Amino acid sequence: MIAIIDYGLGNLESVKYALDRLERASELTSDPERILSADGVILPGVGAFGRAMEMFGRRNLLEAAREAAGSGRPFMGICLGQQLLLSVSAEHGTHEGLDIIPGKVVRFGEDLTVPHMGWNQVRQDGPCPLLEGIADESFFYFAHSYYVVPGERAAAVGTTEYGRRFASVIQSGMVFGTQFHPEKSGPVGLRMLSNFCGLCDRSECTG
Amino acid sequence: MLAKRIIPCLDVKNGRVVKGTSFVNLRDAGDPVECGRRYSEEGADELVFLDITATLDVRQTVRKLAAAVGREVFIPYAIGGGIRTLDDIRALLQAGAEKISINTQAVRTPELITEGSEAFGNQAVVVAVDALRTGESWEVYVGAGTTPTGIDAIEWARQVERLGAGEILLTSIDADGHKAGYDCELTARVADAVSIPVIASGGAGGPEDIYRALTEGKADAALAASIFHYGQYSIREVKDYLRQRGVHVRT
Repeated sequence: MIAIIDYGLGNLESVKYALDRLERASELTSDPERILSADGVILPGVGAFGRAMEMFGRRNLLEAAREAAGSGRPFMGICLGQQLLLSVSAEHGTHEGLDIIPGKVVRFGEDLTVPHMGWNQVRQDGPCPLLEGIADESFFYFAHSYYVVPGERAAAVGTTEYGRRFASVIQSGMVFGTQFHPEKSGPVGLRMLSNFCGLCDRSECTG
Repeated sequence: MLAKRIIPCLDVKNGRVVKGTSFVNLRDAGDPVECGRRYSEEGADELVFLDITATLDVRQTVRKLAAAVGREVFIPYAIGGGIRTLDDIRALLQAGAEKISINTQAVRTPELITEGSEAFGNQAVVVAVDALRTGESWEVYVGAGTTPTGIDAIEWARQVERLGAGEILLTSIDADGHKAGYDCELTARVADAVSIPVIASGGAGGPEDIYRALTEGKADAALAASIFHYGQYSIREVKDYLRQRGVHVRT
């Protein structure tokens, strides 16, 4: 079973619809036990960083998320869910994140149309199991005003050009983040989620 | 590089697509979910569903629609129709819509724009602006283009951005339905006035109109209904045309 962390904000159902389409058992949950016993965890998200962290605290999910990410089982943050993995965000003030991956979240420059909204290409800058079978420079769907700047220990395995080149797929061990929405990125996005499910199968086998 | 988007728009009434869709081999051309899936397969970048059910049931039908589309379509889609409160917005986003679109209600209660974007992020809040040319300027109309508001469209665009809108769906009432091209002057004026994305709407008669909206009209995306629904052009044909002329589109 793949746990989709429900922290009470935004569009979580669409990740579940995508996993249903892939015929993968998944469950929207805010129960720490379910999150910790899952074969893999997805942290989705749209909305504001500060509000999301507040909801995490209110639902006592901070420790569960950190523990799940540290367990070696696959863990994937999507869009805001990816940003929450980092140490700190500059969205509407300064907010501490989950600090699972060191680094910060910053805003695009004033000279650009923001949000960065629509389909953009991901250049594969390093090997990543989530990108297996996906062509270099494939298009994915983005909708965001902030992006991540990962520090050491995390690799930007995919990058995207928008005014500057920013990290759009990050990886640190079995913890992954994508700035785009694979669940809204058509067949290519479903392939990526399928790759994630494949990793979860393997982690299940090796215990 | 960010691609320009092509967005088919589907008007839905009592759960059925209102304008014709001429897909061959489609079991049910009136089913919004099936039409949406077909457009998605054809290469649409995004979908807009506008529920025009003119009854109090619209909230229920629109929620059902949002969930039904979400289970079948894996590209972003916006839903509009009957949205009055933050709870309405929440219900649609939770059902799987990427964005909601508000028009009349944005004029009546502008604070809804702010509440929506604070709760769900501004990328989720599309404000639809229907504008009618009056001399050298454009006036905002509400109530499906029936009611003048006295508000200047360019000023309103700036204001909705300040209030927290993440995108503007801009329809020229003059051009809408005439298939004689978008009002590129209006689109360019709004695109220059704001720094959020602008979707051009109203007037598409062919790929060359879409090309003009995305270049001289400075729009980030182009929305069209009739030319796709009646099978005049496929999305792929439009994208091929754009690509040949140097417009970056998703393949």
